[in-house]
Amino acid sequence: MAEKQTIELPVAAFRAMLLNFGPQHPATHGTLRIKMELDGEIITKATPYIGFLHSGFEKLGEHLDFNQYVTVADRMNYMSALNNDIAWHLAVEKLFAVEVPKRCQYIRVILAELSRISDHLVFLGTHALDLGAFTAFLWSFREREKLYDIFEMITGGRMTTSFTRAGGLWADMPKGFDDKVLEFCAQFPARLQEIEDLLTRNRIWIDRTKGIGVISGEEAVSYGLTGPCLRASGVVWDVRKAEPYSSYEDFDFEIPYGENGDVYDRYLVRLEEMRQSVRIAEQAVRNMPSGPVDVDQSKKIRLPPKQKVYTEMESLIHHFEFIMPGKGPKLPAGEVYVPTESPNGELGYYIVGDGKSKNAYRARTRPPSFVNYQAFSKMVEGRLVADAVAVLGSLNIIAAELDR
Amino acid sequence: MDLSDRISKQVLTTKLDEIVKWARKHSLWPMPFGTACCAIELMAVLASRYDLARFGSEAIRFSPRQSDLMIVAGRVCNKMMPVLQRIYLQMPEPKWVIAMGACASSGGVFDTYSVIQGIDNFMPVDVYIPGCPPRPEAIIEAVLMIQEIIAKERQEI
Repeated sequence: MAEKQTIELPVAAFRAMLLNFGPQHPATHGTLRIKMELDGEIITKATPYIGFLHSGFEKLGEHLDFNQYVTVADRMNYMSALNNDIAWHLAVEKLFAVEVPKRCQYIRVILAELSRISDHLVFLGTHALDLGAFTAFLWSFREREKLYDIFEMITGGRMTTSFTRAGGLWADMPKGFDDKVLEFCAQFPARLQEIEDLLTRNRIWIDRTKGIGVISGEEAVSYGLTGPCLRASGVVWDVRKAEPYSSYEDFDFEIPYGENGDVYDRYLVRLEEMRQSVRIAEQAVRNMPSGPVDVDQSKKIRLPPKQKVYTEMESLIHHFEFIMPGKGPKLPAGEVYVPTESPNGELGYYIVGDGKSKNAYRARTRPPSFVNYQAFSKMVEGRLVADAVAVLGSLNIIAAELDR
Repeated sequence: MDLSDRISKQVLTTKLDEIVKWARKHSLWPMPFGTACCAIELMAVLASRYDLARFGSEAIRFSPRQSDLMIVAGRVCNKMMPVLQRIYLQMPEPKWVIAMGACASSGGVFDTYSVIQGIDNFMPVDVYIPGCPPRPEAIIEAVLMIQEIIAKERQEI
């Protein structure tokens, strides 16, 4: 009789399953790819692959002059383009060692805060959409359309606005702008409450978000998280308070923070930030200083007013020189870094000027999404596949800002 | 009343391909290939104010196998182009493509080493939308143009 044979099946080798998430997936909000190793439905390892939207932003910074680059900076975090514009020109102004007038700073604050609201509204809408709640998406986009109207009124564009200039703004506020902002601020908190009523105490929402993607305060700091993701872990850090720029020290507002550092807290922190942004925008409109918007002409970094160009020889020459390649104001030699609080976290531009041309020698961006994305693997490992979508939504990764 | 008389009052006669085209053009299932800024504006078109559902194209499908209209929204980079091509090939015939925005149409402001200078170098495009990003009205116009193309196309059934 033949001897009984046992065959060992390689069971263990078959257990791990490789799942490709992205690069084309509705929940990735663009182009992210995550390679996940699964044990059943549990993620054992998640490796993000980036670079699917690398567009050479920093190289463009070396080829475009300091005013032209604003069109490109817009398209970095397109959900809040104005925050990028302001951050870029704050850095340029620091290199030129000029400070814009108070009125300009206040208008920038209004625009930055309204942009923050519009960014958080996209977060709210798409995050809810990813987790299966469709109404929140429609309602938050309804509010966003109102913001688009305001942006269109002052900048002429809905999304990519390219509004700031070194040493000022493209234009002063138009008539009726302040009323429109106040009107929005008056009705927005009630509308936000409606959206919140859909989600905050919703059993399904709480089950999908509470205790998911937890990161402690210390870990968040060591990963370099900033913005709402850091504050949700209980670390109270906001560049607007810690290192005020653009007159943020004049405004009375609070920094919302969470306790648990999970998806639910990140959602709550963003909701509260929108309310604080409304407060800041209201204060800025009510206390709007009068005076010029641009720095005075003696600095020679801002185009002369059109009226003067047509009537005065001096201004006409200045205008020509400003536009001509190789002429006009040159970036001073030196390096600067200016951090700002963008909706996703600390957004800073690092510029090196060589004193010879209008273009930066090096234009580096410190994008919040790139740094925040590091913590993703840590947050999802050991969790279910479905939680990856929730965590990704809560980090609010903007692919364009991540890959640049 | 005569039977043929009754029929002529209640029944509409047409050619088979005409009716198929008519049905097709009013029930487009778009697949948004959103990579950047344009994708946000595309969301605005689907949301309340502009409401693409009025033109029968609100059934957004994220799977290429279920859709017949691809909207490429945003810049496409060298690393992403093979993905886009493969997704395009996965769509069943008949299919149409909209290149939304300056980047998808021509590279836009991103004249750099990594951005594809127009997706039409690698795949067929039916309608281009200018703008950076285009206004929602322009996107609706593009969908209407696709409907026109469908109405004029000769389809074998």
